[in-house]
Amino acid sequence: MLVATDRPRVGGGRVLMRPGRHHPTLLAAGLLSAAALALLWALVAGDMPIGLSEVFAALGGSEGMAADIVRELRLPRAVAAFVCGGLLATAGALMQVLLRNPLADPYILGISGGAAVGALVALTLGAASIWVDTLAFGGALTAMLLVFGLAHGDGSWTQTRLLLTGVIVAAGCGAAVTLMLALAPDTRVQSMLFWLMGDASGAARPWPGLAVLVLGLAAVMPFARDLNVLARGELNARALGVSVRKLRMGLYVLASLLTATAVTLVGSVGFVGLIIPHLVRLVLGNDQRVLVPAAALAGGTLLTLADTAARTVIAPQQLPVGVLTALIGVPVFLFLLARHPR
Amino acid sequence: MSATRTDAVPLLEAERLALQVGERWLCCEFSLSLAPGECLALLGPNGAGKTTLLHTLAGLREPSVGQVRLGGLPYAAWSPLEAARFRGLLPQQQPDHFAASVLETVLIGRHPHLGRWGWETTEDEAIARQALADVGLQGFETRDVLTLSGGERQRVAIATLLAQSPQLFLLDEPLNHLDLHYQIATLELFRTTVRGANAGKALRHGAVMVLHDINLAARYADHIILLDGRGGVKAGDRDTVLRADLLSQAFGHPLRRLESEGRVVFLPD
Repeated sequence: MLVATDRPRVGGGRVLMRPGRHHPTLLAAGLLSAAALALLWALVAGDMPIGLSEVFAALGGSEGMAADIVRELRLPRAVAAFVCGGLLATAGALMQVLLRNPLADPYILGISGGAAVGALVALTLGAASIWVDTLAFGGALTAMLLVFGLAHGDGSWTQTRLLLTGVIVAAGCGAAVTLMLALAPDTRVQSMLFWLMGDASGAARPWPGLAVLVLGLAAVMPFARDLNVLARGELNARALGVSVRKLRMGLYVLASLLTATAVTLVGSVGFVGLIIPHLVRLVLGNDQRVLVPAAALAGGTLLTLADTAARTVIAPQQLPVGVLTALIGVPVFLFLLARHPR
Repeated sequence: MSATRTDAVPLLEAERLALQVGERWLCCEFSLSLAPGECLALLGPNGAGKTTLLHTLAGLREPSVGQVRLGGLPYAAWSPLEAARFRGLLPQQQPDHFAASVLETVLIGRHPHLGRWGWETTEDEAIARQALADVGLQGFETRDVLTLSGGERQRVAIATLLAQSPQLFLLDEPLNHLDLHYQIATLELFRTTVRGANAGKALRHGAVMVLHDINLAARYADHIILLDGRGGVKAGDRDTVLRADLLSQAFGHPLRRLESEGRVVFLPD
């Protein structure tokens, strides 16, 4: 293995990632500990100060109010934020390879628009939260099938056609969302806006989302090197023995399902799906075998930090988490970009 | 599969092949056979269908009529990865959307040789570095492909194909963006590989290349396929196809055949 025998070369100027240059164990350990620290902070921080020992006791199954707060409120919320961030970052990385467009994000093909239409219909009707979730997921799947059907129409299934179809469906959903916001009674607009900006506070059932994230990563990892080849263009990939058609369909369905799950869980949080894959790419290079799992962990970490900050910075007032992801993400991204002049 | 194949089998055969795009016939029925040790050049005016024909020969497109056989077997009998270990394509363009080092880009050529969970080994890296040396790009390993000049990027693409190490090279305008020195160096490189660097060793390689320069085709190809852009095809040995009248007709410009120091050249009038 290259990993075992090869030594990192630090030559003049900028050294780009190449397979094996980053020690995978160190990398995984670093990202996993960052994720663990972010989750711990999410459990410790809040209106009611709860110490680390109490948090561990609560996770171990202790009784009392502090334990209830940790287990019933903070843990589901932290996990929801982490899972949503991981899902969005993974979906963004996959979309960028699928569309071979560095500006692609999980929402570009209208998945979140469909989910938003579904959720806002439920919120307009004042339906229970389970219905908001159900209609959001249904809306996301409808948008996914609609885009797939329209883009697939003549069997060509080209990248430009897919991108255009998705962008148009997203625009249509955006108009429907604006219409519903304009017509909705004032009392409901606040909850609608919070849903649109993303809100982890209501996420009481984060565990199915975690399962989707783990299964999604398990499904994509065997094909990660195929994604590297696909990123070099469809013709190159076909000539190198990649079944491009099947791979692109799989990517589309998987990225859409991950996005739909994330949006249903927390809402269409901006920025994570676009910025995290780029951030990871700037630091680790564009090898999808490293990029995809690293993006999942980094996305989860960022959203957990942002969500915890959103509910503690000016507590008891809550900030929309999407604002925080942008406030944290933009400077970090600009800093990394400035370090790597083209 | 390779155990049953011998070098006596042609690398590539086209049998009564014809190509149609929409209503238009790019080429009427013709046949060809490329044995190990041979180079074939595809010539023709813009839009005549050279690239379409090359992609069909690469098994990336179904022929409208007839059959293409790779190593004696139709493409349907090959898995995509097996085919990728036997034949490699140099596409006309290299779409780069993401930053990547030159070495990473060349290592992409090793894809068909690695298993589903395989990671590039030091051996693959040595192959990639040798391929870069073969195209004169030693020391470029850590450069970002997005910062390369057109000619350098083209040589990276050639190195990627060399790293793929197929028996049959299918080259779509391999001389794109190359200066004169590297045009000749590239054609020499492929000819040396195809003719066998060591005399006496069994010939394994062959090449099909789309070229624009008739004189380079005359110098480096054993066989020529000339498309005239109106559906006509002339396929055969170099000297039977490279005639001033046929070339003038195909390219729509009068050409004159000259002989100089044993070499044939064609000059536009």
